[in-house]
Amino acid sequence: MSAGSVQAAVRLRVDLIACDGRGLCAEALAELITLDDWGFPIIGDQAVPPRLLADARETARACPKLALWLERG
Amino acid sequence: MRGPARPCEHVALPAVRLPGTLPRLLPAGEAAGPVSLAGHLARYGPPPAGLSRRQRESLIAEVARAGLTGRGGAGYPTARKLAAVAAGHAPVVLANGTEGEPASAKDKVLMTRSPQIVLDGAVLAAEMVGAREAVIVAHAAARGIIDDAVAERARAGFDRVRVKVRTAAQRFVAGEASAVVHWIERGVPAPMASPPRVSERGLRGAPTLVQNVETLAHLALIARYGAAWFRSTGTPAEPGSMLVTVLGAVRVPAVLEIAIGTSVGQVLDLAGGRSAPLQALLLGGYFGDWVPAAAAIGRPFSSAGLADLGAGPGAGVIAALPAGACGLRETARVVRYLAGESADQCGPCRFGLDALAGQVERLADGRGADAGLLQRWLGQVDGRGGCAHPGGVVRLIRSALRIFDAELREHAMGWCCGTTSVLPVPPGRSR
Amino acid sequence: MSAVAAFGGSQALWFVSRASGLALLAAFSATVVLGVAARLGSAPKRWSRLALSELHRTLALFSVSFLGLHVATAISDPYVTIGWAATVLPFASPYRTVAIGLGALAVDLGGAVLVTSLARRRLGYQGWRVVHWLAYLAWPVAFAHSITAGNDLRIWWVALVEESCALSVATAVAARLLFWWRGPGPQQPSLPERAVPTERMLR
Repeated sequence: MSAGSVQAAVRLRVDLIACDGRGLCAEALAELITLDDWGFPIIGDQAVPPRLLADARETARACPKLALWLERG
Repeated sequence: MRGPARPCEHVALPAVRLPGTLPRLLPAGEAAGPVSLAGHLARYGPPPAGLSRRQRESLIAEVARAGLTGRGGAGYPTARKLAAVAAGHAPVVLANGTEGEPASAKDKVLMTRSPQIVLDGAVLAAEMVGAREAVIVAHAAARGIIDDAVAERARAGFDRVRVKVRTAAQRFVAGEASAVVHWIERGVPAPMASPPRVSERGLRGAPTLVQNVETLAHLALIARYGAAWFRSTGTPAEPGSMLVTVLGAVRVPAVLEIAIGTSVGQVLDLAGGRSAPLQALLLGGYFGDWVPAAAAIGRPFSSAGLADLGAGPGAGVIAALPAGACGLRETARVVRYLAGESADQCGPCRFGLDALAGQVERLADGRGADAGLLQRWLGQVDGRGGCAHPGGVVRLIRSALRIFDAELREHAMGWCCGTTSVLPVPPGRSR
Repeated sequence: MSAVAAFGGSQALWFVSRASGLALLAAFSATVVLGVAARLGSAPKRWSRLALSELHRTLALFSVSFLGLHVATAISDPYVTIGWAATVLPFASPYRTVAIGLGALAVDLGGAVLVTSLARRRLGYQGWRVVHWLAYLAWPVAFAHSITAGNDLRIWWVALVEESCALSVATAVAARLLFWWRGPGPQQPSLPERAVPTERMLR
C-alpha cells in the first residue's frame, strides 16, 4: 500500500438474472469464483486482491452474457 | 370536498374525532361492503391538499418522526424511501396491492373494505414526492372495488394526481417491487436486475415509489393526525398498528388490526382462540419462520419481541399449526409450491429450489434425505438470485429443520404424526 | 505499393491479394466455427468454454489484419481499377462490380459485428447480440465474393480450402440451429442424489 493513498475495495459482482451458467468465469478466475451444483458462479463478498485485479477485469470482459462486473467501494 | 392546506402542526379540525383506538385502517363495525367516499371523509376528515414544496418536505419529516416502516414484509423506513424518490425527476407512485403470499389476506381485505384510505395514501404519497401519477396495482379480488372507489373520487374531482388501476399478476414473486414495475411495463411478473433500484429507475425509467397498500393507508392518517398520534399505539421502537392475517387452527381465521407488540397469544384470542392444541406457529408468511407454539404465545408480535426466537412479524401472518398436523409435510408442500413459483431467471433459484423441494419431500415422506446434500444446497441457494425468493425458502426450511426435529426422528422410524393440512397452497404450475 | 508493383510486377500484388483473401476466408470460417462451439459448449469439462471463446475473439481480431492486407493489395493493383470507396460501398467498383460489391458488403457486415463487439459493454447485451447475428449473413456473402471475385478455383488445393470452409461452417450452423431448437438440456447437479436413512439427519 503506498503511503497516503487509500484504495477503495473492489468487488466482483454477478447479475444472476443475466447469468446463464456458462462457466467461463470460474475457469478464468478459479481463485475467486467457484460454481454451484448447477453451474452458476458463487462469488464471495470479499474484495479482489490487487494481484488479481487485472485477471478479474479480463474475466468480466470474457463473460458472454455481460453478467459480471467490478464494483468499487 | 378538499380541506384547507394544513399547517405543519396537524391541528385537528373541529367535529372530527381523532381516532383514539383500534381499528384505525379497517372499518369499525361489521359494515357490509366497502366504505364509501362520504363515509370515509366523515370518519377521518379531509386529507391535506394543495401542498407547497415546504409542506411536502415537512410531511415527509412527519412520516420520519412517526417511524412508519413498510408493511409489505421488508419493514424499510418509509420516510427514507419517500425522500429518495422525491429527489428524483418526474417520479411515479405504485401502490402495491399484489399480495402474492397465499397465507396473507390483509391487503385484499384492506382494499375491499377501506379502498378510500388506500387511495388517499397513494395520492398523498404522490403529492409528497412530486409525482403526477399514482398507479394502484390491485389484487384481482379487489380490482372492481378499487375501480369504483377511483371513479367516486373522479366524480367528486377529488384528486390532482392522475390515478390509474392495474390488476396484479397472480404469482408469488409478483409482489416484489421491480416485479410490479416489470409486470406493468411488459406483462412479465419477474424481478429485474438491481442496480438500478426502482427508486432510481423504475416505471418508464422514472424514479418509482413502490409502497405496500397498508403502508400507504397509515401514511394517509399520519398526514392528517401527525406523528405523535401514530405513535400513540404500538411500541416506541416499532410504533403504530399493523394488519395481521391469522389462519390455521384458530376458531375464526381473520384479518385483524392490532397494535404492534400485542402478544401472540392475545392475537390468537382475537381470532377466536385456538381450535386445537397447537404445536407450532409459522410467523411472517412463507418467507418467515416456524416457532414452537409454547415459546411464542407470550411474546410480543414485533421484530424486537420475536428476534430471539429467530423470527419476525414479516408480512403479518400468524399460521397456527395444530398437534394433528405434520410440520414437515406442511413445509414440504409450501416449499414445493415456492419452487414452482420461481421466476426461473436465476440458476440457483430455478434449479436449487426444485432440488431442495425434492429433499424436503423425502424427509416428509419418510424416505430419508441426504443430510450433507441438503445442507450443501441450502448453503448454495441462500441469498443467490435476483430477489429474496431463494433466501426466503432457505429460511423456511432451516427453521423447519430446527423446530421439527422430533418429527424427523419419528419419520426416520416410519411413523408420521399428522394428517391435517392448514397452510394454503394454490394449485401449482407443474414443471 | 507502387514500388512493389514496379519491382515484382502487379503480379505480386495480385498474388498477395488472392492469398490473403483465401487465408481470410479460412480464418473467418474458423472464427464462425469457434463462435458456435463456444456457445454450444458441449460438456463443460471436456473443452474449455473459456478457451473456445477467447480463441474465437482472438482469431476474429487477427482476421482483420488479413482483411487489411487483402483489401490494400487489391485496390493498389495498377492493372485494375477498384477504388477505395468500393471497399465499403457495395457495387461501386467499375471492375467486376458484383463480385467486388459482395466483398464490400461482407466488409460492412463484418465491420458492424467487429465494432459492436468492441463496444459490447456500452451497447448492452441485447443490442450486441442482434448485430452479432449479422455474422451469419456476412459469411455467405464473403464466400460468394471468394468464388466470384477469385479465379483460382481451378487450383485443386484452393478448391479444397473453399470446400472445407463451406463444409465446416455449414456443420456449425446446423449444430447451432439444432441447439436453438432443442435447448441446452437439463441442468443436473453434479453430485448424484444419494438417499440415506433419515437417522443421518439427527444430531
